[in-house]
Amino acid sequence: MAELVYDNTGRLLFTKEMKEEYTILMPQMLPIHFGMFKKMLQLEGYHVEQLNNQGRAVVDEGLKYVHNDTCYPALLVIGQFIDAIKNGGYDPHKVALFITQTGGGCRASNYIHLLRKALKKAGMEYIPVISVSFGLEKNPGFSLTIPLIRKLIYAMMYGDLIMNVANQVRPYELNAGDTDKMVDFWCNKLIDRFTAGKGMSRKQMRAAFAEICNDFKTIPYAPGEKIRVGVVGEIYVKFSALGNNNLEHFLLSEGAEPVVPGLTDFMIFKIYNRVVDVDIYGGSLLKKKVCQFFMGYIEKCQHDMIDALKASGRFRAPGDFADLQRLVKGYLGDGCKMGEGWLLTAEMLELIHSGTNNIVCAQPFGCLPNHIVGKGMIRALKDNYPNSNIVAIDYDPSATEINQENRIKLMLANAKGLAAKAKKEEQPEAAHA
Amino acid sequence: MSLRIGIDIGSTTVKVVVLDEQNKLLFRSYERHFSKVREKACEILSSIAPRFSGQDIRLVITGSAGLGVAKASGIDFVQEVYATAAAVNEYIPDTDAVIELGGEDAKIIFFGGALEERMNGSCAGGTGAFIDQMATLMNVTADELDTLSLKHEKIYPIASRCGVFAKSDIQPILNQGGRKEDVAASIFQAVVDQTIAGLTQGRELKGKIVFLGGPLHFLKGLRERFVETLKLDEEHAIFPEDGDCFAAIGAALCASDYDSMPFDKALKLLEESREATTTLNTAPQLFKSQEEYDAFCQRHNSSHPPVVDAATYEGDAYLGIDAGSTTTKLALIAPDGGLLYTYYHSNQGNPVAIVREQLDKIYALCGDRIHIKGSAVTGYGEDLIKNAFRCDLGLVETVAHLNAAKHFNPDVDFIIDIGGQDMKCFKIRNGAVDSIMLNEACSSGCGSFIETFAKALGYNIADFAKLGLFTEKPVNLGSRCTVFMNSSVKQAQKDGASVADISAGLAISIVKNAIYKVLRMSSADELGQHIVVQGGTFLNDAVLRAFEQELGRNVTRPTIAGLMGAFGAALAAKDLALEKSQLLTPEELKSFQHTAKPITCNGCTNHCSLTINQFDGGRRFISGNRCSKPLGGKQEHMPDLMKYKYEKLRAMHGVGQGNGSRGKMGIPFALNMYENLPFWFAFFTKLNFDVVLSPESSRQLYIKGQRTIPSDTVCYPAKLVHGHVLSLLEEGVDTIFYPCMSYNFDEHISDNNYNCPVVAYYPDLIAANIPALEGKHFIHEYFGLHRPRDFEKRAAVYFQKEFGIPKKETVAAARAAYQAYADYEADVRKTAQEYIDFARQNDCPIMVVAGRPYHMDPEINHGINDLVTGFHFVLITEDSVAWKMDKQPRTVLNQWTFHARMYNAARYVCTQEDMELIQLVSFGCGVDAITGDEMRSILEEGGKLYTQLKIDDISNLGAVKIRIRSLIAAIEERKKRAAHE
Repeated sequence: MAELVYDNTGRLLFTKEMKEEYTILMPQMLPIHFGMFKKMLQLEGYHVEQLNNQGRAVVDEGLKYVHNDTCYPALLVIGQFIDAIKNGGYDPHKVALFITQTGGGCRASNYIHLLRKALKKAGMEYIPVISVSFGLEKNPGFSLTIPLIRKLIYAMMYGDLIMNVANQVRPYELNAGDTDKMVDFWCNKLIDRFTAGKGMSRKQMRAAFAEICNDFKTIPYAPGEKIRVGVVGEIYVKFSALGNNNLEHFLLSEGAEPVVPGLTDFMIFKIYNRVVDVDIYGGSLLKKKVCQFFMGYIEKCQHDMIDALKASGRFRAPGDFADLQRLVKGYLGDGCKMGEGWLLTAEMLELIHSGTNNIVCAQPFGCLPNHIVGKGMIRALKDNYPNSNIVAIDYDPSATEINQENRIKLMLANAKGLAAKAKKEEQPEAAHA
Repeated sequence: MSLRIGIDIGSTTVKVVVLDEQNKLLFRSYERHFSKVREKACEILSSIAPRFSGQDIRLVITGSAGLGVAKASGIDFVQEVYATAAAVNEYIPDTDAVIELGGEDAKIIFFGGALEERMNGSCAGGTGAFIDQMATLMNVTADELDTLSLKHEKIYPIASRCGVFAKSDIQPILNQGGRKEDVAASIFQAVVDQTIAGLTQGRELKGKIVFLGGPLHFLKGLRERFVETLKLDEEHAIFPEDGDCFAAIGAALCASDYDSMPFDKALKLLEESREATTTLNTAPQLFKSQEEYDAFCQRHNSSHPPVVDAATYEGDAYLGIDAGSTTTKLALIAPDGGLLYTYYHSNQGNPVAIVREQLDKIYALCGDRIHIKGSAVTGYGEDLIKNAFRCDLGLVETVAHLNAAKHFNPDVDFIIDIGGQDMKCFKIRNGAVDSIMLNEACSSGCGSFIETFAKALGYNIADFAKLGLFTEKPVNLGSRCTVFMNSSVKQAQKDGASVADISAGLAISIVKNAIYKVLRMSSADELGQHIVVQGGTFLNDAVLRAFEQELGRNVTRPTIAGLMGAFGAALAAKDLALEKSQLLTPEELKSFQHTAKPITCNGCTNHCSLTINQFDGGRRFISGNRCSKPLGGKQEHMPDLMKYKYEKLRAMHGVGQGNGSRGKMGIPFALNMYENLPFWFAFFTKLNFDVVLSPESSRQLYIKGQRTIPSDTVCYPAKLVHGHVLSLLEEGVDTIFYPCMSYNFDEHISDNNYNCPVVAYYPDLIAANIPALEGKHFIHEYFGLHRPRDFEKRAAVYFQKEFGIPKKETVAAARAAYQAYADYEADVRKTAQEYIDFARQNDCPIMVVAGRPYHMDPEINHGINDLVTGFHFVLITEDSVAWKMDKQPRTVLNQWTFHARMYNAARYVCTQEDMELIQLVSFGCGVDAITGDEMRSILEEGGKLYTQLKIDDISNLGAVKIRIRSLIAAIEERKKRAAHE
């Protein structure tokens, strides 16, 4: 059995032997993306399993082992891990945990430490925790190599495209479940391609993008236009159904079309921050160049995606990263980088500019960066775009669904009112023409 | 067109209206539903069946609790704010804004320009339920509260964010003899402030304003506060006749858009939905059988004091009084602890009168047989009662409880006391209180909370508690503050939970709150082996049972669980071993008189609300003060580094060494300026600017900026920034410098040197939320001071561009600024050393107050430094000792400059015999959720006590005092032991 090895600061390492013997658990956030990430990692020889446990037990374990004033995502992710280890049928001595570590001045960069504290409190400090980050903590048994990063980027691009088209089709599908079937079909198909070593060049990806768009176009749908509602927010609560009480599902059930900006911009944003840091505060120009190169590569991939959507003739395409940067000028500085930073405001602006003026801004209760970039910017947005209709919703272990739903319903009622008003204003003009 | 019916089901009431084709009101009703939501709705509708049966109607439901009913019955639903807006549009078309307060919601609608509708977030309690809760606290009905408020003379500042906060502000005022009339008006004012602060978010409330909802309809005092605060005249403050039913009327209006159906069908749909229950989130059953319950009772009833016959007893006795926050307790004991007389009752906001009445009874009982040889008092009202009745001793509650617990279990190592308003837990180590955990203002899911709930549901507390003992499916209500619990209950009601389920659920949630939120425990072993539980709330068997279940361990609940404070005080009185108690004699009691007068102290910027209590014979007691100034007598000043730093920084304004030729440069004295001001002051004066510092923080300054605050849950220090910036503008300063700073100085004691997100980016938020900044030169550029050479270069470029300053000049100013900052730092360290030397020469203990630099602002710390030095501590700050320790790995990511200082300061304190540490934490500080645990573990490993004080826009100094006094008691106990050994 693998020995427990520590580094000189006393941190338990994930060793090469562990890579052979241990099952690595990873949390859930975006099922499409993370499903593909899992496959990528498995292809690298890691025994990875994805956690899908939900329900009150997850929250209770979180409450027990994490400071209750800590942000909700930390509480959920850690609760999900501990619940899985205790009740998931794993041998706790043969389990390791994956957790991302973004770094930065937000308390989210502390998740990994909170997780270790929680494990210690639960008497499971022998479980190694692997940081998935750009060089923050190193482990002999795991490394984020450049080829692996490249593959993960491809998985992310595919994930964003599938999520995007699925969101545009699902509200209108004639046969309930068609869209989800198509999502599964494509996830499996891509995974098969990955296994065969295919689908991971830009050329192949471009071709696949076109195929995906075409396939989603074949799903029978009802014509018409529903009220579109954008979803932005703290990254975990924005994406994770566990974190946002199944927000997308709720919006669908209310007859709205959710518009969820993807993960790609967030990734570019995080790399871009390193570029900006050198600009504002000084630092290594080499580092800056490397980051710019890296960022440029993802931006190119993003353009491939936007082009595919535009070429589809059916789907709306989101703006690119440069659009977001342009839009947010005058609201927040380039240096506003903690948490979702200026990107969150930029996403709201992009939504408004692309005709989705109804927005749910989701955040964990007491989220620090969101005081500034979420709630802090709504006033200015409302002044500049009187038709913007933004509701900020807080999520936490005890916030009740009824409170959240009621506020979202108010936003939706306004949305309907605004849509009716817009129609009225259009008609007289049409009469003149 | 057919008749239209609107049903508005709120958190506490059901409103039903019927409109005819001309929008005329045919019927209206407004009734409390006592959580029987569906039953009530059916009942009202049935009652009008004779009148409307057979007709076609259009029916729409609205309201926060209506959602579930609408879903279950398949009747259409409109959101209530939207419905209200529709009604206002129809009946009062030229309205500019609507303020609607409901049971648990507060809403604002702005008309004109862009329609804007807002509801309170999930953490905002200043609503109808809040007013009810406050009324219960003062033992009056909401109507009586209203009548009282109209006779107010002054307004106390009461926390306006969350109901629970307000409670802990009100309690001390009541206990210290504040006038009920004034408190009542202050409660309403808090609601007004809360509404304005929480909901306007930068949009001005002006023009014609319509006030709606039950509380605003019924409470004249509340109306008055709104009208006065918003400076409205009669034409602009509209209180419509049916203001309590507007949402229902709106729903009826909206019903035009929906299909019609026969009245009887609608009624049937509603009735059918009555039976529908959805799956509930449930917790384990408390007791499975009567036998189980009997065994439980028997076990607990065996812990009782010695039996004594009070009717025949002759000899000495000792009196203990516990003047708690909501209840007053008395215990008269024989030397062996036998109870001669006890009393436990709500103090009804007037503990003095109650104690007086009880003393009369006690003296009557004593006659010539029993001689009171000592008296002691503890609890919130300690000082007041001690002065009023000349008790021999006043002692801190923690020590009183420890005394009592030891009597029942000499090995006790953990005590948890849940009272009406507060929760106190302490670990016992070496016979002394070791670590104290008090419930922070936001989590006080305590006894009075259950009581208020019970009343709201129409029960008395004893019956309500019993209801839940045997229910099979207690609801899971979560473990947060009352506001959250209210909405959890609402959700449970929606899902069809019975009152019994809710009763058990509340008991369980209080326990969870205590264990996970206050104690931060993950297993019973962390608490201790010998746990004694006490406080009135534990007399509730459901709570006790839930506690044992949650811990998986039996605990001791003495039969006098509610009297432990008084019992412990009596034991302490005995330990005084006096010849004679100086307690007021029966004769003196006869002429006892008490009057209370509120005044505002103008001795310093704290502007404490004082209450002057006058007793007969010239005895006088002043409460509410933070320092000794208003008490007169000699002023004694202990060295206080917070004050020293504050005064030094406040002096940094004007032209300094320069000539001021470049004009005025305003700097808001807030957040990180408390650290960086020496730098920027030198920088700008060297560039020949005239630096204008914003005025000192105050409540008025906060209120000035209040309505431009977009996030009501951000910390108070950040909220103050708004007022500072507005003050500068008012002074005519057009250029204001407030830079965004992701990074702080790198002090080489941490892995990174960030500021927290709020400190880092608040300038951007200010730019987006203060309209008055338009056209002014507000500099919120990003700067970093952690790389001096880079700063020079970038600043040179920036200031050339913005002000045409030659680059060379800026570079020279930057160098001078770094030097000035270094000098300031050195001076702080040198002064700290002088203070430490002073303490050691004079044998005084030293308190390191660790927080953020801005916690030195008296408006933020509320004079805690005065309180600390008032107990003869020498006070120094974290930054003055942090540098003495090197960098060490931590178990959390050590990446914020200010927090790294606290860790190091804590480590340093552990190496110093005569130093203690208190951590100041601003409410809502997310980062301190991480630092708090880390500080605790550093200090506890180093054998020191961990004390955390949470502070907000208003601070409950009572809790602060308890902590400091317990700390002193523990230090003394430690010394005593050392002397023995």
